Amino acid sequence: MDFSHLVVIAVSSIFINNFVLGRFLGICPFVGVSKKLDSAVGMGMAVIFVMTLASIVTYTIQKFILDPYDIQYLQTIAFILVIASLVQFIEMFMKKNMPSLYSALGIFLPLITTNCAVLGVAILNIDSTWADGTKYNFIESAWNGFTGGVGFTVALVLMAGIRERLELADIPESMKGLPIAFVTSALIAMAFLGFSGMSIM
Amino acid sequence: MDTTQILTAFLSVGLIGAVLGAVLAYASKVFHVAVDPKVEKIGEILPQANCGACGYPGCSGYADAVVSKGAAINLCSPGGQGVVDQIAEIMGVTAAASEPMVAYCACSGSKANAKDRFEYYGPKSCASAVFVSGGHKACDYGCLGFADCVEACPFDAMGMGDDGLPYVIDDKCVGCGACVRACPKGIMKMMPKGATVYLSCSSKAKGKEVTDACTVGCIGCKICSLPKTTPSGAIKMEGDLPVVNYSIEDTLTGAKFKCPKGCFIDKADKNKTAEQIASEKEAFKAEEAKASEAAKKAALEKAAAAKAAQENAQ
Repeated sequence: MDFSHLVVIAVSSIFINNFVLGRFLGICPFVGVSKKLDSAVGMGMAVIFVMTLASIVTYTIQKFILDPYDIQYLQTIAFILVIASLVQFIEMFMKKNMPSLYSALGIFLPLITTNCAVLGVAILNIDSTWADGTKYNFIESAWNGFTGGVGFTVALVLMAGIRERLELADIPESMKGLPIAFVTSALIAMAFLGFSGMSIM
Repeated sequence: MDTTQILTAFLSVGLIGAVLGAVLAYASKVFHVAVDPKVEKIGEILPQANCGACGYPGCSGYADAVVSKGAAINLCSPGGQGVVDQIAEIMGVTAAASEPMVAYCACSGSKANAKDRFEYYGPKSCASAVFVSGGHKACDYGCLGFADCVEACPFDAMGMGDDGLPYVIDDKCVGCGACVRACPKGIMKMMPKGATVYLSCSSKAKGKEVTDACTVGCIGCKICSLPKTTPSGAIKMEGDLPVVNYSIEDTLTGAKFKCPKGCFIDKADKNKTAEQIASEKEAFKAEEAKASEAAKKAALEKAAAAKAAQENAQ
């Protein structure tokens, strides 16, 4: 296993192909939970957690169920099924064994079930190829899930920090709230476009 | 497309679903956390306004605190006595009465009454205006007028008047205190719903400073706190600002009519005509004059009696 691959994956999924600002996945929680910094951090942590576990589980499903029986066309529905039950399972597990973590992440977990960034990372893990034509292995997939979650958190926290200040800004009545948030996220996305000059993939 | 393909898809997804479902069903048994049914019951009773008046994060937080941490049952101010009684029934304890409170703005420094120190062009929020050397009002205790309190009100019980001061709609106010916490100047205060007269100034400054900044500020003359004005002792001076103790019942008419700056405001006056108020004032003055005359007479008589007694002794 090549260590440099992990560095490349990290830089790629945090900055260059940031899930929110580069791939435009998971926009709903990005706009919905970025009003306050505290809840943005909470949501970010929950997404990191779920994306890592979802990457691990869906990679296993792909390699041991979908590939051997040649039913790759069921990928989407199988992954949705697995991710939804995984989140449910984690929620129950945390409620029992980690009540403090549950009360911190609890309300965000059900929101993640239908977060397309999670399904996105699962499918990208399977589809992405290196320059020599090889696919992501198990560890690279899990790492891609983790750093993808970190990238999501970075975007969410950036946005929340800006929106907290925007609340006080003197902006026209019709632009207050969501409209200015959309304009802001477009500008951040354009700024992140600058990273795509770094072609390391 | 042959049927085997449909069958494979059907069976494999069905199988995955069945396995996952079984795992989840089993997990829900293994990881079952017993929740006290009382918590749920109390949660249903609470108004679900999540205003935070009780000091706990939201209504569910308070329900949990009542059952597991033994929090007092009369902390829900929006719910009022009805909710307290119901919680008491569930918890099997006797209810202590919770006095309904309403918020009021302890400042009369409207645009016409109070001067500004400088013009402020920053964000339109009291919380940020207060950072610019304590706000643009010449009075250090004056209302900045950006309506942070109105925005904080979860019950739409507040509004901003044309004079630049917030007003409270008493019928809608449930006394949650969200505005009190939102005001960076500490001007929003609470008073019992039953009382009508309140002190509409928060200035602890000396008389000269106050009159320089505002035409209706309390100058700390102490007249309202004198036993002659308020015999019940409901008003006490704390430094240069009187404080009303609402637990002592008093109509506070003396303070209301004798305050040279008119700092004591009677909510009931809103529904009266100017003539009615004037005639009430006249009546109060006449009564006071009568009382002082009677007091003088009594003093004279007393002195005379004392003199007579002295003479008798000689």
